[in-house]
Amino acid sequence: MDATALLDRYERMNVIRRTEKAAHDLFLRGLVKGTTHLAAGQEAIAVGASAALRPDDYVFATYRGHHHALARGATPEECLAELMSRATGLCKAKGGSMHLTKAATGMLGSYAIVGSHLPMAVGAAWSARLRGTEQLAVAFFGDGATNIGAFHESLNLAAVWKLPVLFVCENNLYMEYTPIADVTAVPRPAADRAPAHGIPGEVVDGNDVEAVEEAVGRLARRARAGDGPAVLEAETYRHFGHSRADPAAYRPAEEVERWLKHDPLDLARGRLTELGVDEETVAGADERARDVVERAVEAAKAAPPPDPREALTDVWADGGAAWRT
Amino acid sequence: MADVITYRDAVAEGIAREMRRDASVVCLGEDIAAAGGVFKTTTGLLEEFGADRVWDTPISEQAIVGAAMGAAMTGMRPVAEIMFSDFLACCWDYLANEIPKVRYMTGGQVTVPLVVRTANGGGLGFGAQHSQATENWALTVPGLKIAAPATPADVTGMLAAAIRSEDPVVFFEHKGLLATKGPPPPPGHVVELGRAAIVREGADVTLVALASTVPLALKAAGVLAGEGIEAEVVDLRCLVPLDAATVLASLGKTSRLVTVEENPYQGGWGATVVSVVADAGFALLDAPVRRVAGECVPLPFADTLEQQVIPTVDKVVTEVRRLAAY
Ligand SMILES: Cc1ncc(C[n+]2csc(CCOP(=O)(O)OP(=O)(O)O)c2C)c(N)n1
Repeated sequence: MDATALLDRYERMNVIRRTEKAAHDLFLRGLVKGTTHLAAGQEAIAVGASAALRPDDYVFATYRGHHHALARGATPEECLAELMSRATGLCKAKGGSMHLTKAATGMLGSYAIVGSHLPMAVGAAWSARLRGTEQLAVAFFGDGATNIGAFHESLNLAAVWKLPVLFVCENNLYMEYTPIADVTAVPRPAADRAPAHGIPGEVVDGNDVEAVEEAVGRLARRARAGDGPAVLEAETYRHFGHSRADPAAYRPAEEVERWLKHDPLDLARGRLTELGVDEETVAGADERARDVVERAVEAAKAAPPPDPREALTDVWADGGAAWRT
Repeated sequence: MADVITYRDAVAEGIAREMRRDASVVCLGEDIAAAGGVFKTTTGLLEEFGADRVWDTPISEQAIVGAAMGAAMTGMRPVAEIMFSDFLACCWDYLANEIPKVRYMTGGQVTVPLVVRTANGGGLGFGAQHSQATENWALTVPGLKIAAPATPADVTGMLAAAIRSEDPVVFFEHKGLLATKGPPPPPGHVVELGRAAIVREGADVTLVALASTVPLALKAAGVLAGEGIEAEVVDLRCLVPLDAATVLASLGKTSRLVTVEENPYQGGWGATVVSVVADAGFALLDAPVRRVAGECVPLPFADTLEQQVIPTVDKVVTEVRRLAAY
């Protein structure tokens, strides 16, 4: 990847990291309610994959999906406004942190029931095939989702119907609090299971944005050419605990340290230096990212709350929540 | 077209009509293609529309309904079959958590225009895991529309409305009605969802029924007529949207209400109808309301036992007599 492209990916990851940091701070100040599942540390997967996709491809993510929404065209302002329950939120403040959707840019949702969205991605790929487009569908999910029935049903159906769908597992070693290795009979929870469903399963360094982009690009070309689905297991680590409630005390200190040293932003910065990009240029990207997010926070804070009447709209396409006639 | 059609054939006819009009309508489910469905409700679809529009799936209820959802979100109008309504439990996440919430959670960005068809109800001696009337399960979920036709013409007409609906519809086809016959649906027949039908007029008591209990209520009304009690029978046709206006208008004439439902009494739709009436039509009533419903037990196998558990003509007649005497 050339320096310009990598700088672009770096800046995108930076925007995501700062948006997540802002979400965290706003939560501590009582301006974000409910919970958040931060993906700090996992940005390279969202950014690398999105860079390899076409604008009309479909993406389905989990409750840990801020990074995917942002990588897929949602603005920091829309996302933060959603988290802060503002009328200008991405989903009119009806979704919240776990349910960020921006259909217009192919971000078809974040789903909080573990593994539930994998069949939906299969269906979107099926639909692309039926409509004769060359669109691809991508499902991003955690390692924990690989022990859900829907994961296996999806891999099999996608394989027998040879659909253009990619299953991208973000293996961050833990489910909520339990290590995936303690409850899974194979070492690579996603990649090792793929061959059993007749699908190739690859492993990639999920903190290396270039490697992710390369792998997703290659598997996407294969799927678009009609060669069927693939599983990509991206090894990564979340910097925070599972959710706001979790200080992640269960993780060994040396493991945390090792992974923090393998930060996707640092890795990209190191590569930029290798490619001869000077510090000032990198600092410029940092500054632009900071600006965007700072302005987003201010704009979201200034936005009005939703109109209470909105609570009863958007159930039926043909009108309100009125189920009685 | 012949002058009668079976309920079973009306299903295939209804799907075929919509597939002819709209190329985005596709079908998926277990054994629905070459085999024509285990209840022969999709016979002829594969032959007419080909394998690109009629898809056999593995036994993967989550994948069937989840994939239908993904397809519906991206421009198709899938009609998914879940063989027996009991199996809806295997994909309950999609019906309870995913499909009905998407439109709301996305602030109206995404609509899920799909139909999940399923064979519902008892009466055929299939035992507890293949005989349940499960429409009350779906009734607990905001965001789903629920259709349950009682006649062949309604099957076709309501399928047309369901497939054209921008909203998700769970479509209950009653196993006990599959072989019944009726006038065929006229060309272009559409029965709007949420419109009940008065299938028999009467001035003494209103019987509110759905799917299998419609013919039952009509038979009971026949018996009662012999005793000088004229029952008005309302076929709800849909639980959501619920046509409360028609029920209330009927009560305006009869002032007595009996609901006749096959699902268990506990949590059954009759309770919702009754509560709407208590709320919006209390002054119309001259007597307590009565619910004839399934017993709160799993469905037993033997006919004689099953008859103890599900509504029968006798049970309806008995309840109406008690009410008439009130
Ligand atoms: C079906 C289901 N079971 C349990 C949960 C509770 N839960 C939420 S997140 C989570 C852990 C998921 O871990 P993983 O799939 O590895 O994703 P990660 O959080 O690591 O991204 C669990 C158990 C849920 N949301 N859905």
